[in-house]
Amino acid sequence: MTDNPLDQAVTDNPWHHLRQFTDARIGLGRAGISLPTACSLEFQLAHARAQDAVHLPLDVDVLCQDLEALDGLSASLPIKRLHSRVPDRFTYLQRPDWGRRLDEASVQRLRAEDAAAQPAFDLAITVVDGLSSLAVQQNAAPFLAALTRVLADDDQVWSLAPLSVVEQGRVAIGDEVGELLNARAVLVLIGERPGLSSPDSLGLYMTWGPAVGLTDAYRNCISNIRPAGLAFDDASRRLLYLLRESRAKGLSGVNLKDRTQDDVIESSQGIRNFLIS
Amino acid sequence: MAKAYHYTLGSQCYRFKNLADLMAKATPARSGDRLAGVIAESAEERVVAQMALAELPLATFLEDHLIPYEQDEITRLIIDTHDNQAFAPISHLTVGDFRNWLLSDLATPEMLTRVKAGITPEMAAAVSKLMRNQDLILVARKCRVTTAFRNTIGLPGRLSTRLQPNHPTDDVTGIAASILDGLLYGNGDAVIGINPATDNVAQSIKLMTLMDEVIQKYQIPTQSCVLTHVTNTLEAIEQGAPVDLVFQSIGGTQATNDSFGFNLGVLAEAQDAAKSLKRGTVGDNVMYFETGQGSVLSANAHHGLDQQTCEVRAYAVARHFDPLLVNTVVGFIGPEYLFDGKQIIRAGLEDHFCGKLLGVPMGCDICYTNHADADQNDMDNLLTLLGVAGCTFIMGIPGSDDIMLNYQTTSFHDALYARRALDLSPAPEFERWLGEMAIFDDVAKHAPSSVLPGSFARSLANLPATGANQ
Repeated sequence: MTDNPLDQAVTDNPWHHLRQFTDARIGLGRAGISLPTACSLEFQLAHARAQDAVHLPLDVDVLCQDLEALDGLSASLPIKRLHSRVPDRFTYLQRPDWGRRLDEASVQRLRAEDAAAQPAFDLAITVVDGLSSLAVQQNAAPFLAALTRVLADDDQVWSLAPLSVVEQGRVAIGDEVGELLNARAVLVLIGERPGLSSPDSLGLYMTWGPAVGLTDAYRNCISNIRPAGLAFDDASRRLLYLLRESRAKGLSGVNLKDRTQDDVIESSQGIRNFLIS
Repeated sequence: MAKAYHYTLGSQCYRFKNLADLMAKATPARSGDRLAGVIAESAEERVVAQMALAELPLATFLEDHLIPYEQDEITRLIIDTHDNQAFAPISHLTVGDFRNWLLSDLATPEMLTRVKAGITPEMAAAVSKLMRNQDLILVARKCRVTTAFRNTIGLPGRLSTRLQPNHPTDDVTGIAASILDGLLYGNGDAVIGINPATDNVAQSIKLMTLMDEVIQKYQIPTQSCVLTHVTNTLEAIEQGAPVDLVFQSIGGTQATNDSFGFNLGVLAEAQDAAKSLKRGTVGDNVMYFETGQGSVLSANAHHGLDQQTCEVRAYAVARHFDPLLVNTVVGFIGPEYLFDGKQIIRAGLEDHFCGKLLGVPMGCDICYTNHADADQNDMDNLLTLLGVAGCTFIMGIPGSDDIMLNYQTTSFHDALYARRALDLSPAPEFERWLGEMAIFDDVAKHAPSSVLPGSFARSLANLPATGANQ
């Protein structure tokens, strides 16, 4: 900074150091009253990454290799490769209703299993690309590694249905997968709508008694699972809490509150509102 | 039985099974109407529907209700509060004539104020479907809607901003940092409004108190709002919380609002409760509503109507409760309702026009999500167009990035761009405050100070381990 900021085309904001308290884009400074070049380009980069995350196709082969390598899932193999009724990304974005249902071939693949009259499973896990394949590609396997450890350590047995991967799917497609697999509960791992600073956010949706046509009111959600967000181990523990509650009560959704989240949040910085101090 | 509508073009007769079908088919193309299965099947059918709609007398909408009177309290509100005397100057017009009349010099600002209580949402929606973007801008610009609480919102030549300091964990320090950033960029005269990350009464009261303390300490002529459910705000008022404005998301059908967990009676109760606090100094408009095309279909409560007509019916709800602010959150809902920048821009202009025509203090959250085919340039376009149209307020957020809701809206910088490019000023009381506090060197030139104003510098100096001014 020079002694006289008026000599510069860019005026810095003397409160820029408040960035240490928030990820919000504060104190950016200004060229006239507009965004300085560096800030403008930084924003464009973040938006470009978020858009790419939406359109990048899921590499199913690589994902399946990653999942097959996990110790705790060996009983759930081979992986069922499934597809929604959506033909392409362009359609996916405009027809959420088609993204909630399996295509005919996928239904047959799961029905074939049903013909073997397999027992009911405790839990079906399905991995769905959703709006960010990046989230699934990077975070599904490490999360499931953490989850299978937690499930194995639990005092109840959790029998797992065959693992599945769904392309061009929405959250509710898990209901059809879980129903066809005759599972008591379904867990959907899905790529969330990318945020500007979080293109890789994985979401978890759990439904007790999955059946086609259930609404969001029947699901519980844990969001923002990624290295810079909710850690894999923490997400696994929260999910186990929900799974145990769900199994004990025989329900999920709005009637199953996550009591770990009811606190009033004070400042994580240990500082009160500095504007009035 | 609903009446069918026909239109003959050359040798071909087009049939529309009812008024809702005619309205939907006449609507400029958008993905949400395709998703609902109500969209015109061809570009030609759309224009033919517009031609048929143009010949329809405005009075038709008082007889042929899109959603039956018996089934929907919003239909009842629209019909029961319709003012025949206000309607008289336009009662003989068709929808097509109405467009001509609105664009003509007969429709002065005074005349538009006189007739607004005679215009139903369906009439406004219908005429908007025949209007080009420039028509929507020009007529909206003539409408005068002024509201007040601690300042005066909506005067000609003014553009206000909602300061939106959202934080993913409602962290007090993080929120205070964003509030400071916004105030020093001259934002926040419409409201300082927080979407809470944790949505319960205790958390809401904490955030209300935070904002109230800031407003009091710096004597800011503005108001605060926590965007929580209306029933939470009612409970906060009962507990003695400093509530300025009551918030609620509203839709244009009773079934939508049922799914949102409120009805008109609850809104009336909340309005009374907030007014009884007498916290406004220059007015008592205490309600803040948010709307957006697509919310009704999303709630599976559209009754076969197109999403824009449903949207305008929500403004009848808003109008009934004399709001300080109404905000159409135009690009938030996603590409399955508004696919790209073009559809978002069109919807933003329609919503603003229809709101203003009905007499609602219409602002716009000019925004998009990362899965929509839209970017900052589209938002710049809509911001400029709405600025010209006389939009009441826009959002202001640090660097366009809402780190809690994960979408992009207009920034503090964007607001100053619009003010400079179109010579618009904030609310007069707030504008004076910016000068008195030395936040702006020159309020007339929209020039912020490069030096930290004294009172804020003292607050920053209290922060541990940081100097206020390096």
